Amino acid sequence: MPINKLLIGTQKNHQLMTKYKPIIGMEVHVGLKTKSKMFCGCPAHHFQVKPNTHTCPVCLGLPGALPVANKKAIDWTAMLALALHCTINKHSRFDRKHYFYPDLPKGFQISQYDQPLSQKGYLTLDSGKKINITRVHLEEDTAKLLHKTLKGKHVSLVDFNRSGVPLMEIVSEPDISSGAETKEYLKKIRDIIRALKISDCDMEKGSMRLEVNISLTGSGIKPYKVEVKNLNSFRFVAQAINYEIKRQTALLQQGTTPRQETRGYNPKLKKTFTQRFKEEAEDYRYFPEPDIPPMVFTDKDIAQWQSQLPELPEAKVEKLATQHQLPIVTARLLVSKPANYQYFLKSLSVAKKHKLTSQQLANLIINKKINLTKKISDELQRQTQKQTVDPVIIKKVISDNPDVVKKYQAGKISVLGFLVGQVMKHTQGQADPNLTQKLLLEKLAVKK
Amino acid sequence: MSKKVDVNHLAKLSQMTVTSQQAKKLSTGFSETLKTISLLQKLDTSKVSSTFQVTGLKNIFRQDKINQARTLSQKQALSNAKKKYKGYFVIPAIFK
Amino acid sequence: MNLNKLTIKQALEGLKAKRFSSEELTRACLKQINKTNKQLNSFLTLNPKAIDEAKTADKRIAASIKSFKKYPLLGIPYALKDNFLTNGLRTTASAKVLDNYIPQYSATVYARLKQSAAVLLGKTNMDAWAHGSSTETSDYGTTRNPWNLNHTPGGSSGGSAAAVAADQSIFAIGSETAGSVRGPACWCGVTGLKPTYGRVSRYGVIAMASSTDSPGPITKTVYDAALVTQVIAGHDPFDATTSQKPVDIKPQALSSQTNLKGIKIGLPQEYLVKEMDPKAKKLVLQAIDKLQQLGCQLEKISLLDPHYSIGVYTIIQRSEVSSNLARYDGIRYGNSRSHFNYEAKNRVMLGTYTLSTGYYDQYYNKAQKVRTLIINQFNQVFKNLDLIVGPIMPGPALKVGASQASPMFGELVDMLAEPSSIAGLTGLSLPCGFVNHLPVGLQITGPQFAEQKVLQIGHAYQQATDWHTKKPPAYD
Repeated sequence: MPINKLLIGTQKNHQLMTKYKPIIGMEVHVGLKTKSKMFCGCPAHHFQVKPNTHTCPVCLGLPGALPVANKKAIDWTAMLALALHCTINKHSRFDRKHYFYPDLPKGFQISQYDQPLSQKGYLTLDSGKKINITRVHLEEDTAKLLHKTLKGKHVSLVDFNRSGVPLMEIVSEPDISSGAETKEYLKKIRDIIRALKISDCDMEKGSMRLEVNISLTGSGIKPYKVEVKNLNSFRFVAQAINYEIKRQTALLQQGTTPRQETRGYNPKLKKTFTQRFKEEAEDYRYFPEPDIPPMVFTDKDIAQWQSQLPELPEAKVEKLATQHQLPIVTARLLVSKPANYQYFLKSLSVAKKHKLTSQQLANLIINKKINLTKKISDELQRQTQKQTVDPVIIKKVISDNPDVVKKYQAGKISVLGFLVGQVMKHTQGQADPNLTQKLLLEKLAVKK
Repeated sequence: MSKKVDVNHLAKLSQMTVTSQQAKKLSTGFSETLKTISLLQKLDTSKVSSTFQVTGLKNIFRQDKINQARTLSQKQALSNAKKKYKGYFVIPAIFK
Repeated sequence: MNLNKLTIKQALEGLKAKRFSSEELTRACLKQINKTNKQLNSFLTLNPKAIDEAKTADKRIAASIKSFKKYPLLGIPYALKDNFLTNGLRTTASAKVLDNYIPQYSATVYARLKQSAAVLLGKTNMDAWAHGSSTETSDYGTTRNPWNLNHTPGGSSGGSAAAVAADQSIFAIGSETAGSVRGPACWCGVTGLKPTYGRVSRYGVIAMASSTDSPGPITKTVYDAALVTQVIAGHDPFDATTSQKPVDIKPQALSSQTNLKGIKIGLPQEYLVKEMDPKAKKLVLQAIDKLQQLGCQLEKISLLDPHYSIGVYTIIQRSEVSSNLARYDGIRYGNSRSHFNYEAKNRVMLGTYTLSTGYYDQYYNKAQKVRTLIINQFNQVFKNLDLIVGPIMPGPALKVGASQASPMFGELVDMLAEPSSIAGLTGLSLPCGFVNHLPVGLQITGPQFAEQKVLQIGHAYQQATDWHTKKPPAYD
């Protein structure tokens, strides 16, 4: 049965889908914004830089070159690990991960295998569900490949500016159950990383990259794994997951186990597609990196990293909820945009003077009713003015326009618009039109 | 441990090209080598852990500083490339 | 006397006394190279700037006698093994894969020698990628042993050892993964020092086995080895495995330390392996007798049979080799992987196997555990001993072609050097006699960072004997 026939219809489809439970795991790679690269002193920034101008023997993989680890990259990764409630491994080291690809100059990537910097953390979603985090570790990034046609031939161009940039890898357990949860997970991770100021964590700039592992589980299903890569936004991730759930459900319903493979996502067609078949696991031949001595961390190191953590999004939400009596939803919305959050805290006292509650202030900010660049007291003044219309003006407009009032009372309701306009004129356009209309009607009713 | 080594699989894994003649010779060689190496299994290593670093060094790091002295110019970086184009290394197309 | 026959010590004295210039010294070496390289095939690439460098040295000498203090190897011509990167000068590791490679940077060792104002004569032949113990796996033909052209000079630093033995250069630089400095030094009748792992920077040395590679000098005397090591050793921020320990190697102190009374040396019974040539064994034992005469106290000790070290070393080395050669894909430099020779394929593939899923524990991990046993044993033995002595090679140089006998030729022949290399110790090889007109060598091995003591014993031995002064008849 073709897949699209199965996708039509809701009831039956829903029934099918609830029979199988999606198990989704995320692998997030984040490029750190250190000054220099992970294992050498080349500049780490590479966005819109001339190709192959930020390379050296180490990151270009020249014969005889040797790596030396960047302390700051380690510090920042440890801090993120702590922010995600991970345990720091006191004994950690780098390992070589071998595979051949033109973007990998040494033929191996210096990464971490069985003694990563940290493991066993978690992230709590709004629903209270915990997504367990397997590990947060550190590795080096690969070069960039571009595709071009030169003299009629298809070629790939390689730029090693990105090769060797520090890359954090955050791996989650397959605890995520939907596209929506995935999106939330990613947003929270991104917010924490931005709060730590260790990366722009920007998918457009490539400083945040994702891979999803998705499969369905249920009675009688043999375990399998499908990987989806090259997703360029959180929105696409959610879409791709939703598509995959449907696609895999359909296959399972047919009695077919979805093929173990890597798929890409086409946002125009809103479909995933096969990129590479992965029938057997890759043999990376991991072994400890002999050129880098092992790392040993102490309780003192851990305490130091802990003390360097800024106030994290969760803590901010908690504070807004308890200290300022904001509903959780409102608190989260405020915290998700640092500029809004800062403005809220700064303007609380002024708001109180204008007799605004913290909730009202929060809503004004969230609903973009306030210009954050303008002086706080002025903006609030303008806002509170908008909340009321001077009754004197209402009276004046009515008394100044007796004929119009007569017309209204005779049944010509449309003239109300003119009266509203007059009020607006007298308040320099500041009066809220709906409220004005309401007050006029009240007054006119009374007059009758 | 007399399992025959899959020379062709190894060649693929290590990206080496071998002729069938070489494969034969290598295969014999591997069997002999593995036999000699298997002598190690006689030693009791249950009470020791692996030594990956003989120096005893730990926590060797560098500060997060840019070292311009080591950074190569674009020209230097590309100086040994067989094919280059506008500052890039050129290779046959890799299809993602 | 031909100037190229001088030792570093003699050459420095002569330059200081203005008996000759660095240019004359360099030209003497170049003349010898010109005359003999075709037979020996020791040099692959000559440094076109050698004379210029010598002239610069002469200017410095003329400027002030203090120049010798500032530049410890001022004006001394030397040969550099072709796995050390030299910026702007072709570097191949004797492999066709790097046939046309012109490095964009220099090895730290080369930079330090340059800073000391030594004069680079050229790059020497080696087993390709250092995969061997005879120089026969070079893609540019083997180097021949100056003592007998039908025999190999040993390897992998065969070109460097032959260059010193045939007086093509005043000294040379090699590198040892296990036996690659001490082995050829032994078979060519010259002196070779393998410094402690981490003493000398590996930055810019084409990697073989990252956890044992040690650059080291090949010289005519122990004293010269001390001079060179003092210059090249020391912490390098570009190599995270180098030690911060200060370089406590003092050549000047050696002459006053020839009384070896109180120094305890140990001869491991297991090192007198069954493969040993009986005549070579006799010479080694005689050399140890000599050390006793000079004051050393000999103990017979027991160490793990070196045959076990073959397995440990083969696995660790070939595994790391398979990894270190993965970068040669022909994209950024060099020729494609189809240019690798048979021995490279042999080692890389075996090393890939010993690291692969399902085999890692049984091979690589197991080898690293036995490594711990070996290290622990040495530590134990050095609690009661200063140094270990014994043979360094089972016999004198083998004939060209001998390496074909086994797929593990290199690792078998180096078995007596492997234990100390695996443990990262320091060791010297020096001439102690001849069998059939081919040199035989003695190893003097010490714990990590004991170079000064090792050199002290070696120097004292050379003050009391003259094996090291003999020259190959054809090149005398």
